[in-house]
Order: sequence, then structure tokens, then C-alpha cells
Amino acid sequence: MPVLEEGQGELFQPPDMDAFREWNRRKKSRRMEDKLMTEREAVERFVHENSYIGTELYGTVRCPMSLAREVVRQRERIKNLRVAGQGVLELDLWLAADMVRTLDLTYIGLEVYGISHALRRAVESGRTRTAEWSNAGITWRMKAAAMGVPFLPTTSMLGTDTLRYSAAKVIEDPFTGRPVCLLPALILDVGMIHVHRADRYGNAQIEGISGFAFELARASKRLIVSAEEIVDSEDIRRQPDRTIIPYYLVDAVVHAPFGSYPGEMPYTYWRDEDEIRAWVEASKTAEGAETYLKRTIFDVPDHAALLEMIGTERLEALRALASQR
Amino acid sequence: MTDYTASEMMIAVAARPLREARTVFVGVGLPNIACNLARRTGNPDLALIYESGVFGAQPARLPLSIGDPTLVSGATAVMPMADLFMFYLQGGLVDVALLGAAQIDRFGNLNSTVIGDYAAPKVRLPGSGGACEIAINAGQVLIITRLNKRTFVENVDFLTSPGYLSGRAQREAFGIPGGGPQQVITDRCLFDFDPVTGEMRIAGLYPGVTIEEVKANVGWDVAVSPALVEVPPPSEEDLRLMRETLDPDGLYRG
Repeated sequence: MPVLEEGQGELFQPPDMDAFREWNRRKKSRRMEDKLMTEREAVERFVHENSYIGTELYGTVRCPMSLAREVVRQRERIKNLRVAGQGVLELDLWLAADMVRTLDLTYIGLEVYGISHALRRAVESGRTRTAEWSNAGITWRMKAAAMGVPFLPTTSMLGTDTLRYSAAKVIEDPFTGRPVCLLPALILDVGMIHVHRADRYGNAQIEGISGFAFELARASKRLIVSAEEIVDSEDIRRQPDRTIIPYYLVDAVVHAPFGSYPGEMPYTYWRDEDEIRAWVEASKTAEGAETYLKRTIFDVPDHAALLEMIGTERLEALRALASQR
Repeated sequence: MTDYTASEMMIAVAARPLREARTVFVGVGLPNIACNLARRTGNPDLALIYESGVFGAQPARLPLSIGDPTLVSGATAVMPMADLFMFYLQGGLVDVALLGAAQIDRFGNLNSTVIGDYAAPKVRLPGSGGACEIAINAGQVLIITRLNKRTFVENVDFLTSPGYLSGRAQREAFGIPGGGPQQVITDRCLFDFDPVTGEMRIAGLYPGVTIEEVKANVGWDVAVSPALVEVPPPSEEDLRLMRETLDPDGLYRG
């Protein structure tokens, strides 16, 4: 079957599905065991130097920020990461902390606040190497991994430089003779997802848009779930159709109220516009960004201490702004 | 005649072709207002699709982000992003999509990835996001962008999302299923694409704008459609809806 075109971008992790299956067989606990731990413990146990890592979110919605900040807090140990996925606030922090060596890029920007200064510095200086993908492409790559197949045939990126700088391949479809783009499965070492509620075993539920939580959860060798609320399993079983992530996919459960801050959590709290603006402003220079990281991460022992610093009044005001269903 | 801003004109012009569409793939900002204007001026059943996984959104206020919960409340259906892209967009169910870009060339190819050379970019832009697949699969694409020489370039620095590549037949050769760009809506004129070659043409001038003014703001010798028209301004009703209901704070109308 002739390969018509080959992206020259790097494939940062090979789609070795047999190895992934073997990992799942041997390393994924299928026991109902208590996985509750702190951000610090979860990151210490599962995120290491050169880990291939992805966060799940949508814009500023449901961002695993308390986990992302903990990764930065452990920068001295972790040093370098390989990152895949979309991101606004959390990938911006990692880029600004100069921890991202390679990046599967689909969209990194600050939406209404324009382009990411941290991304610009990291890529334009050559410190972060990139491969291009599209939003659909990256989530389909995770879907392939979740399905246990090495690639998915799609119309993704056909005819573009996006394909040229990706690691996809175009072949002639053996059934119709038409060009078809093969997206290689994307297997993460670590995935991070913030949800509305989870029980201590990891059964997790999301309200509103679910982004690519379904796919990322199933494409990750290790999955860290942080939750606004830790609930009894009985509460989960009341609405089983909402359980996008069942316990057997999960390695760590972290209780993180306001875990998406300064992003939002649908129906729970609104985003902190002032804090997002403060980051946009600070991240315009490398020095400004480092000062911001010091103030909100390095000088703060953990997520609870950050919430204390922000103050109940401000957090309650954000709760009051949350849209009702 | 009532005064109106360039952005109000862009929104009104973008809403016109949407009166025929059944499903539209939307972004935030101007496109979002245009779609909601179309819904309120003759196409109440137009289904708004957002890549965050929302089908049939009915936003009660202006969404600030593509993931804004206001897009979910009252929507017909919500699904994972992968499913929305796969089952609706790649499945061929999206009639029209609206896109913007940092650069656009004579065949409607779009760049939102880098300015300069990819290996050593002058400006690293956000990347494709959903744009690439949308440009590939939508029945028609409407491009909304302001007219200036920095944006309208002879060759894009990076071809993020396909227009007609180097000519209309190229889409077919590369296996690209969607219909390609239909119009480019700017703040001074409207472009369409030659039905044979796929090259961009000046198709309509806004009141008071000349051909010379448009040509001076395009980076190549742009063709003029044989059926050039003057594009009518926004109606009183368009303006009233935009100002009172759709963007009362003037976030995008200004």
C-alpha cells in the first residue's frame, strides 16, 4: 500500500499497542482500592523527568490547575517534560516554567486575551520542539490508543502544512483508492483530569462539556483525577450514565476544591477574570512570569494554602457568579 | 441612513448566507454574533455547533470562551469533542463553518500557526485548533477577517487549513471532502472564489469603498468578479438586535 505523504514531525512516543495492552494488564489496578492522596503525593509518584504528559480541559473550563501547579512546584526533580494536548492556563505555566522540551501542539492560546507569550518564548527560542496536530487529530489519536489500535484512518489535516509538520502518514485507501490520513495512536505516560466529583476509588463524573476526558483517560498509562468533591460511591451509582471515568482507569484521586482556579467549573464557580488578566500581564516577560510562579507556586506550600491566600470572600464571589443550569 | 461600525457591517454580512444553512460550526467572537443574528432574522432553526461538543446551542448571553457554560445550557445535545468532530463534522453533517486566520492567500488557504519559517518562527501563533478539520470537512466555509496587506498575502507562511490549495482541483486530488471557502467577509468588501480556478475575487464593495482601496490592501493583483455588486448595509433590525440583545456591551461590535 503506497504511502503518499509522510509528516516530517517527530513522533514523541511510538504507538506500540501490544506494550500498552501489556501495561494495562500488569500495571493497571482493577481493584476497588482507596486511591485518595494529595497533589504532592500524586505528582511525586507518577510524574518523572521526561514523562509524556497531557492535561484535559476545554479553554478555561475544568482545568487541572492544582495538579499543574504541583508539577511546577516539583520542577527541580521533574525538570523536563514531553507534553501532548491542548491547553490554555496549565500548559502556559509549564512553558513559562521552562519544563516543556517537546510539544504535540494543537492550540495554545489565551482565547480572548490573544496569543500565548510563554509559548512564543519557548518555541521561538528553540527550547521547546514542536509537532503540529489539530484538535480533532489529537483527540482521535487518543481514541486510537483507547481502542487499542495503532492508528485511525481519517480526513485529518489533508493537503496542509499542519500534516507536513505532524507525524501522520497519508496512504491510498485500499478500498476506494482515495487518500486517507492515518493518525498514530497517542499513549501518554501520565494524564491529568479535573472533574466535578469522584469517589475514593476513582469513579469520576463530569457536568457540562466533557472535552476529551473520555479519550485521555483511556490513553494514559497513569491517570491522576482531581475532583471538586469526594463523594460516596452511592452518589456515583445514582447517575451511572455520568461516570465518564470508571475506577479501573484511575491511579490517583486528589480532592481539589477550586482545583480549576483561576479557570472555571461549570455550574460550580466562574473563572477569576482578574487573576487570568494578571497572568496574561505577568507572562509578557520571562522575569514577570517567574515572579508570578514564585508568588503563586514556589512560595505557597500547597493548593489549600493558595486558596487561603486568595481568600474565602473572593472564592465565594466566584461561586455566586456560576451559571445555573 | 443609520451609522454603523465596520464590525457591525461584518456581522450583518456574515449572517446573510447563514439564513439558508441548517447547521453551522461556530467560533466565539464575531462569528458567534453573526450566527445568533441569523437565528433571530429568518432562520430560527439554525443549529449552532461548537467544537467543545455542543450541538444546537442557544446561548442566553455572549459566550466569552468556546467552553463557556452558556453554550451548554438549553442546547440540544452535548457530546465529547472527538465525537462531535467525528460523527457530525467528518460525517458530513455541517453545512457551513466560520473561520478566521492571521494570514489568507489568493486561494483562501489559512495560516494560524507561524509567521516566518516554521523551524525558526518570527511569531509562534496558537496553531490549528479545530480550524484544519473544519476547513477540510464543512460543506462551505465563510472566512471572516479584516482587510489589510499583513493578512492578505500572496503565499501564506504556513498552510494550516486548506482553501483551494493551488487551485480548485487540488482539493479533490488531496482527498479533501468539504466544499471549500465560499466567501471572505472583511470590514470593507466581500470576496468570493472563481468557480473554475478557485481564485479569490472582489465580489462586493461596501458603501463608499472603491476597487482601488481594496486592491491597495491585498498582497497580490486580486481579480474582480464580473458580477461585482454594492453590498447593502445592515438593516435597522440587524443593528437593533446586535446593540440591544446580542452584544449590548459592544465587546465585538466596536
